[in-house]
Amino acid sequence: MDNIMECRNLVKYYPGCLALNSVSLAVPKGQIVGLLGPNGSGKTTLIKLMNGLLTPTSGEILINGMKPGVETKRIVSYLPERTYLNDWMDVKTMTDFFGDFYKDFRKDKAYEMLQRLGINPKDRLKTMSKGTKEKVQLILVMSREAELYVLDEPIGGVDPATRDYILNTIISNYSENATVIISTHLISDVEKILDGVIFINKGSIVLTSTVDDIRENEGKSVDALFREVFKC
Amino acid sequence: MAWELKSDRPIYAQLVERIELMVVSGLYPPGCKLPSVRDLAAEAAVNPNTMQRAMSQLERSGLIFSQRTSGRFVTEDKEKIEEIKKSYAKEISDEYLRRMYKLGFTSAQITAFLDRTIEESEQNG
Repeated sequence: MDNIMECRNLVKYYPGCLALNSVSLAVPKGQIVGLLGPNGSGKTTLIKLMNGLLTPTSGEILINGMKPGVETKRIVSYLPERTYLNDWMDVKTMTDFFGDFYKDFRKDKAYEMLQRLGINPKDRLKTMSKGTKEKVQLILVMSREAELYVLDEPIGGVDPATRDYILNTIISNYSENATVIISTHLISDVEKILDGVIFINKGSIVLTSTVDDIRENEGKSVDALFREVFKC
Repeated sequence: MAWELKSDRPIYAQLVERIELMVVSGLYPPGCKLPSVRDLAAEAAVNPNTMQRAMSQLERSGLIFSQRTSGRFVTEDKEKIEEIKKSYAKEISDEYLRRMYKLGFTSAQITAFLDRTIEESEQNG
């Protein structure tokens, strides 16, 4: 089993909208992959299918060879685009919550990152700025020792300095066999840490390649290629 | 501090260059042990797999060698390092000449100009 995520002819229909149009894709273990596409291209739909939050209309999606379910949730650490954490909780409560919920959660790691980013464990989510909320969530997600991290827009709301710290956290924390799938619009920020990219548009995969192959063959950055491919 | 990398060239190739320069400039002297791929990747703020690829290329070219258990080291072969140093010098000189010719200078003028610049820079310490 060399692919952590695999889908074959994956189709997702919403009423009146074809969100994913027969997507076939494989993401190998041990890589950091960017899932890139314009708004409404199907990124979040694909991510929700990986996490079993949606069921395919047809086709198949496998996580580590299994259909999404309890077993796959054990090994997948997921950062959704919107928070599911309760407003009234403080950071310490949430950390305990994650610790109870996931066997692979490392509290020491979480506290180290919280401290580094100057977040007080006694602060409640309610009182935090949008960016700080995002940091807390990402810290919780990255403090698990998962096999697959699925990050839906992880750096959208944070400042560039924190962005660098977060990206650094991602590259220094993921273990050799772990895989990270990141969906984002901030391509120039993430492209240095990516192995491969997946371009998706209108529910179809437009391109899969490695960052260095794109630079070698096109003579331009992934960011520049994206702007070209998805020119409005 | 993340390494400065250009956006239009393969990242691994730029990493190879950076490490070569660090060796050539003596930051990593002959026989010196290199940091781990992971640490170097974190320092450069790049993907560890990309750093690994750069290391493999440097190993193939003979500038660094790996010892199964104890990590990677800079070659002890000073001639090899000198050779790379010279190839960089050649590259930089070619580029300089190309641009000077483009500005319309003759070879004699360029030599004179270089001599004068060197003199000035020596005077200024």
